[in-house]
Amino acid sequence: MSAPLLQVNDLKKHFRLHSGLLGAGAATVYAVDGVSFSIEKGETLALVGESGCGKSTVGRCILRLTDITGGQVVLDGRRIDDLSIGALRPLRRRIQVVFQDPFSSLNPRLKVRDILAEPMRNFGLAKSGADLEAKIARLMDAVRLPRDAVDRWPHEFSGGQRQRIGIARALAAEPDLIVCDEAVSALDVSVKAQIVNLLQDLQQELGLALLFISHDLAIVEHMTRRVAVMYLGKIVELGAKRQIFAAPKHPYTQALLSAVPVPEPGAARKRIILQGDVPSPINPPSGCRFHTRCPYVFDRCRTQEPPLRPTENGHLAACHLHDLPAAQNPLAAVAAA
Amino acid sequence: MPLLEVENLQTHFRTPDGVNRAVDGVSFHVEEGETLAVVGESGCGKSVTANSILRLVPEPPGKIAGSIRFRGVDLLKLSEREMRSIRGNDISMIFQEPMTSLNPVLTVGRQLGETLRLHQRLGRREADERAVEMLRLVGIPEAKRRLDEYPHQMSGGMRQRVMIAIALSCRPKLLLADEPTTALDVTIQAQILDLMKDLKTKIGAAIVLITHDLGIVAEVAERVMVMYAGRKVEEAAVGLLYRNPRHPYTQGLFGAVPKLGSSLSGTQTKLAEIPGVVPSLKQRIEGCVFAGRCAQATELCRQVAPALELKAPGHLAACHYAPKEALAA
Repeated sequence: MSAPLLQVNDLKKHFRLHSGLLGAGAATVYAVDGVSFSIEKGETLALVGESGCGKSTVGRCILRLTDITGGQVVLDGRRIDDLSIGALRPLRRRIQVVFQDPFSSLNPRLKVRDILAEPMRNFGLAKSGADLEAKIARLMDAVRLPRDAVDRWPHEFSGGQRQRIGIARALAAEPDLIVCDEAVSALDVSVKAQIVNLLQDLQQELGLALLFISHDLAIVEHMTRRVAVMYLGKIVELGAKRQIFAAPKHPYTQALLSAVPVPEPGAARKRIILQGDVPSPINPPSGCRFHTRCPYVFDRCRTQEPPLRPTENGHLAACHLHDLPAAQNPLAAVAAA
Repeated sequence: MPLLEVENLQTHFRTPDGVNRAVDGVSFHVEEGETLAVVGESGCGKSVTANSILRLVPEPPGKIAGSIRFRGVDLLKLSEREMRSIRGNDISMIFQEPMTSLNPVLTVGRQLGETLRLHQRLGRREADERAVEMLRLVGIPEAKRRLDEYPHQMSGGMRQRVMIAIALSCRPKLLLADEPTTALDVTIQAQILDLMKDLKTKIGAAIVLITHDLGIVAEVAERVMVMYAGRKVEEAAVGLLYRNPRHPYTQGLFGAVPKLGSSLSGTQTKLAEIPGVVPSLKQRIEGCVFAGRCAQATELCRQVAPALELKAPGHLAACHYAPKEALAA
């Protein structure tokens, strides 16, 4: 078996908050605190969670938009988190990004042609001017935009069209992996469907791997094969999509799924409503970070942190409930139902 | 008599490059204690409709025409002073952004009390008492201490609870909720929706819920109207509309949303796309507003705007080709 395309080992990113003179009383935000996963070539992994869980920070760490505090990022068997910026530069081509907001992620002073040409020039991907033009035209075709739109400015496009330009820009570098950071969240329902379909088509055509960061569980279920659920800087559950959506092995995933409104009037569903808000990552709760909101909390959860470990069929979960006999495990009951 | 009756509402904005017909001839009614959902994508005119009801549209450049009768009184004919006694009192509103809709420099207690003192003529102490009561009602712990806090000291969910407390403090007859949970996380959204359902039974206000989320509609609304490009294109009871959407746009919306659990039932398919984009509202649209994106559109659709007509008992749709059931006379 070959090495996965991307491997993230025990990734940590802490932000120091400066407060007061000489950093007195400075606090630390544990935005990402020990996250590990891998992505195979051509695969989609979703990273889901609520705001502030650290999912976007993970994406930024992989892209090296921010330096990491600890752990490793390994691309094709080669560590890239400790490379100098110069040594990293040629490798940047292989991991590209599509951001959430199609209005602020395109340079308003560049025409579409230049937006798409820039990555190719940077990485020397075009042999000649004619080659560059041909590649730009192919990119426009790939994202289903008219070829003559290359001479227009970003502001002349709608949100959905801009997101297509953003995707074309990511493709221009001929990457192996694209980090989609809430890439469809800001779009309207009908446009969202267009972009989701486009991403899926492109992935099949080009054999791209996607790290799909999102809070929208229905879209995630539609898009991906494997899902990692994050809560307060940690992955609490990781498994194949079917496992996660049919039989979640972590109470947080369970609550998250049950909280999504379903477009079926009168659908009889048992809903788990979590009490309270997500605690602050500045001072995360002791033991299991979810224990303050968990409906099944017991003593051990408050003191001892559950490790992320296999439950069945390679499905990982970080919950003490799995140490209990099946009869006492409320998650097992859900799986059976 | 319905609680609210909106007839041929037209809210237009004058802009440097033409008149924007944000809402163009929309009629609907809301019964006492009922929840009506208004669904549509950005720019369809759903928020402008709500703002027009409370006359929160700046005039000029805006202009509201038609009639909006609340308990028989046309709100468009009232003076600004009379209107003020209705806003926040008989009709109140919750906005999408709990971050920007509270005043950052006033304590939560001040903001809650202001409504009560102004409309209910309560004294400072009585207003404080009612404010505590309201905060408890919306599920804010340690309500008394919270009165002295500023909005920035609260989380998004808490702030939205405060907004709801303010909106309900004068026991309004009608609550306009404009995307009240869109800015919130799913688990917090579940809390707020639950709270709204609970309070509706306690206070008995009618709700006009504006949203783009078909899941939320199914959970809280009784009736739903679908808007597109400033017009109402379909309206029916929630069960009826979800079982059998008749307008191609509504059908398109349903096809474009992935359903949770679809991977389990094996029904997962490609999402249906609605091709193209919403038309500009700055030109007068001849014919059906959806014709440009509709797969079934014909010459007739491009030339003649379909009237909103009864396609089945209690089911309105504006489409030439939507099937019509025999209506019992």
